[in-house]
Amino acid sequence: MHVKITINGKLYEKDVEPRLLLTHFIRDVAGLTGTHIGCETSICGACTVLANGLAVKSCTMFAVQADGADLVTIEGMAKDGQLHPLQEGFWEEHGLQCGYCTPGMIMCSHQLLSRNATPDEEEIREALAGNLCRCTGYQNIVKAVQSASRKLQRAPKVAAGD
Amino acid sequence: MTQRYVGQAMKRKEDPRLVSGTSTYVDDVVLPGMLHMAVTRSIHAHARIKRVDTSKAQKLPGVVAVVTGEEVAAHCGPIPCAASLPNMKNAQQPLLAMGKVRFVGEPIAAVVAESKYIARDAADMIEIDYEPLPAVTNPEKALDPNSPRLYEEFSDNIGFNFAFESGNTEEAFKNADVIVKERFINQRLAPVAMEPRGVVATYQMPDNELVVWNSTQQPHGLRTLLAGMVHVPENRVRVIAPEVGGGFGSKIDLYAEDGLACYLAKKTGRPVKWIEGRRENMAVTIHGRDQIDDVELALKKDGTILGMRVKAIADLGAFYSLFTPMIPTLTGLLAPGCYKVPALKFDQVGVLTNKMATDAYRGAGRPEATYLIERIMDVAAQKLQMDPAEIRRKNFPKPNEFPFQTSGGVIYDSANYEAALDLALQKADYKGLRKKQAELRQQGKYMGIGLSSYVEICAMGPSSALPGGGWEAGTVRIERTGTVTLLTGASPHGQGQETSFAQIVADEFGIEPDDVVTIHGDTARVAAGIGTFGSRGTAVGGTAIYLAAQDLKEKMKKIAAHLLESKPDKIEFGIGKLMVKGDPGRSMSFNDVVTVAYNAVKLPPGLEPGMEATRFFEPSNFTFPFGTHVCVVEIDEETGEPKLTKYVAVDDCGNVINPLLVEGQVHGGLVQGIGQALHEEVVYDENGQLLTGSLMDYALPRAHDFPEFELDRTVTPSPVNPLGIKGVGEAGTIGSTPAVVNAVVDALAPFGVTHIDMPIRSEKVWRVLKGAERKGGSPQPERKVAS
Repeated sequence: MHVKITINGKLYEKDVEPRLLLTHFIRDVAGLTGTHIGCETSICGACTVLANGLAVKSCTMFAVQADGADLVTIEGMAKDGQLHPLQEGFWEEHGLQCGYCTPGMIMCSHQLLSRNATPDEEEIREALAGNLCRCTGYQNIVKAVQSASRKLQRAPKVAAGD
Repeated sequence: MTQRYVGQAMKRKEDPRLVSGTSTYVDDVVLPGMLHMAVTRSIHAHARIKRVDTSKAQKLPGVVAVVTGEEVAAHCGPIPCAASLPNMKNAQQPLLAMGKVRFVGEPIAAVVAESKYIARDAADMIEIDYEPLPAVTNPEKALDPNSPRLYEEFSDNIGFNFAFESGNTEEAFKNADVIVKERFINQRLAPVAMEPRGVVATYQMPDNELVVWNSTQQPHGLRTLLAGMVHVPENRVRVIAPEVGGGFGSKIDLYAEDGLACYLAKKTGRPVKWIEGRRENMAVTIHGRDQIDDVELALKKDGTILGMRVKAIADLGAFYSLFTPMIPTLTGLLAPGCYKVPALKFDQVGVLTNKMATDAYRGAGRPEATYLIERIMDVAAQKLQMDPAEIRRKNFPKPNEFPFQTSGGVIYDSANYEAALDLALQKADYKGLRKKQAELRQQGKYMGIGLSSYVEICAMGPSSALPGGGWEAGTVRIERTGTVTLLTGASPHGQGQETSFAQIVADEFGIEPDDVVTIHGDTARVAAGIGTFGSRGTAVGGTAIYLAAQDLKEKMKKIAAHLLESKPDKIEFGIGKLMVKGDPGRSMSFNDVVTVAYNAVKLPPGLEPGMEATRFFEPSNFTFPFGTHVCVVEIDEETGEPKLTKYVAVDDCGNVINPLLVEGQVHGGLVQGIGQALHEEVVYDENGQLLTGSLMDYALPRAHDFPEFELDRTVTPSPVNPLGIKGVGEAGTIGSTPAVVNAVVDALAPFGVTHIDMPIRSEKVWRVLKGAERKGGSPQPERKVAS
C-alpha cells in the first residue's frame, strides 16, 4: 500500500506492506532511529511519537494507519541546534541514564505539558505511567518535566514541531 | 592538585546525543547487504525433538539460510560458563538444541533473510515434532530422586553443592536463649533492560575478520569468548558495544544468538543482525534471584547474635550461562550482613529446573543475603520485643574493628554502620513515625515502618574472586594539542563514566572536563578490559584511569623540571600549568609541556617521547558499601495495597566523584529493589510454560508507584583504592527490598503476621485483612505467615 507520512516536517512516501509497523516505517524507511522499540505491546512507551499532536505508541500502530499523518519524533524536538526545554530538562536534572526510554519519555511529557502546562508531581507521575524506565527510578524524570514546565512558562512559544 | 570537579554534580557529557535521538544503539547499525536473523524456539519446557523440518522455510522467497543444531554444533562451541565450583556438574548448552529441549524458548533453529519480517515468517514455518517429557519447575521437587531429570547423563538435578561453616554453630545454638527461624523466598525476576539484546555481525573472508556490534556490558570478555565459540582468532575479532540501553547484569553473558549471528555471517558472507523481541527477552535472557533460604538465628535474650544457620536452594534453571553457578554462592559470603555473627553454617544446593538459566541480575546473590539477614533480624526483634533499630545497633561491629573479618569469609574494608543508621532514623523522624503508627493503630489504620541496614560487596575484583580477572585497564593519552583521550576497559551503559572519569582527570591535570573524551566499548580502540558489572566501573576502572594519569603527571613533571631547571619533585600542577613549588612565577603551560613531549627535541635525556600511559589496576579486596534505609507503608483498607508513603535512603559508597550520578544510581536501584518487594515475579506454571512472557504480564514498577525518595549519605572512604570509592550501582537494589517487606510485616503485625512472601501484591495483604474480618474484625494474636 502507498503511504504518505510527514515526519518532522518532511514528507516520506513509500509502498509498504500493510503489516509494516509505524515504528519500523519511522526507523527503517525514514531512517530516524531516535524512536526506540522496547516491548511491542504498548506497555513501555519507548516508541512514543506525536501523531497529529497526540502521543501514540508507534510499535502498535501500522504505517498505513498513519497515512496522511503529521508526526513529530525526538529528532524533531530541537530547533536550529537549540534543544527543546524538555530535552534540556532531562539533561539538567539527570533524567536519563542509558537513554533508551528517553525519547519516548520526552514525547509523552510533551503531550502532558501541552494539556497541562503546570502539572504537579502526582500529575506527572500519572501521565508517565505508560512509559517505563528501568534506570532512573523516575524521580529525576519528574524533576526534568517540572524544569521544562518552568522554562516553557517563561517562553511559551517553544513547542515540538514549531 | 586542585579539586575543582571531583565531588561536583556535573551534567553528563553523554546526554546531548541521548536526548536528541542521535546516539547509536545496536539496532541503529545498518550495513550494506545486511541480513536479518530470527530464531525458532521450543514451545515445550522439556521434550525430545523427533524431527525438525525446515523445508517450507527454506523455500520462502527472501530466505538466505536456515540452520539447525547439528550443523551449528559442528562449527561453534557451546554457551560458555566461566564459573567453576568443586564437584559442579557441567550443564552445558549448545547454541541450538539437539535431541532435547529443556526450557521454553530454547533455540532450535535460526533463519536469515532479506528482511526481519521474512525472517520471522520463515522461523514460524519451521515444523518441529516434539515428544513432550514431564517437566520440573519447582527446585524442591527437582531434588526429589523421582522427579524428571534434565540431563540423562547426570544422576540427579543437583548442579552443585556449596557449604561452609565458620565458628561453632552447634555450640551457638546450644547456648541460645532464643532461636528464630523462617523461610525466605527470593522470587525469580527478569532484568528487563529497556533495550533488549542485539547483535550485528559481519565477517570478511580474506582476513578471517569478524566485527561484532553487541549490546554487552563486557566487550572484551565477549571478544575472548566469542573467538573461542566461533573459531576465529581473538586478534581477528573486534567487538563494539555502541550505546547500550541498560544491562543490570543480563548483558554480561554470551548468548546463543550472539554466536548464531556470527556463524551465519561467516556462512553467508553477509552482515547479520538479530534484535531480541521483548517476549524473547522475557523468556531467554537470563533471570535473576530464585532462591529459597531457610534461616535460623540464635540469640541471647538481650538481642546479641550467637550464630546463624542457612539452608539455601538456588534455582539455576536449565543450563549454565556465564556465571550461573557462581552467583548464588555470593549469598553465603554476605549472609552475616552488617552484624557480628560469630558462627555461621551455610549449606547451599544449586538445582537444575526446566526454566531459563539464572545469572547475575543487579545485586546478584547479595540481595538474597541482605533479604535473609534483614528479615530474620526483624523476626528476632519481634520475638524479643525489641525495637528493630536497637537490635541492629547492638550487633554492628564498631568503626575501630575494621577491617572486619566476617564469618562469611570476607574482610569488610571500612564502615560506620551506626552513623548511617542514626542519620537514617533522624532523617525519617523514626520516633515521630512510631508515635504516629501507634495513633493510627488506635484508629484501626495500619501503617508500617521497615528498616534495612545493609552492607554489600562491590568493586569486583579482586582477580582471585572473579573468573577471567577482576582488574581493569585504563589508558590516558594527552594528544599533541593538549586535549585528553581516556580509553577504559569499563563499559558503561548508562552509569555516566564519560563524565565522572573526565572529572577525575580534569582535576589531576588542572584542565577542563570539556577537554577530556572517554572512549569505551570498542576492542579495536581500547586494548584491554573486563567491563562494567558488580559496581566496579568507577572503583576499579576509574582507578586504572587515575593511576595512568599519575604516570603522565610524573613524566610531565620531569619535562617541566628539565626546562624550568628544577627537580621533578619540586614541580606541581596548577590550573593549566606546571610550576615550581613556592615559585609560581617559574611555570610552563600544560600544553607547552605536551608539545615538548611530542616534538621530542628538548626532552630530558633518556625520556621517551609521547604522552600516553596504560595501567591495569588490580584491587586488593572487594569494597563494602553500606547504609540504612527506612521505608514507611500505609495499608489501603479496601484493596490491601501497601502504599509507600515515605522512603529514606542513607547510603555510604565512600568518596563520591559526581553526586548527581550517585543519586541517580540509588534512585534506580531503589525502584528495582522495591519492584521485587511489591510487584515483580517471573512465573512458570508447573508444566514450565512462562506465564509472564511479556510486559503485559510482568509488573515493572511505574512512575506513579513511588513517593519522592529522600536521600542522604555518610562518607567512609575505602582503603582498597586510592580514590576511596566503594561503588554504588547495586546498593539501592540490595538495601531496599527488605526495608519494604519489613514495613509491610510491621504494618500487619497486629494481625499476628510474622512474614509475608514477595511480591507483596495487594491481594496478599487484602487476604490478611479479610481473614481478620471473618474472625470478628480484630487483629489475630497467633503466628501467621501470609502467602
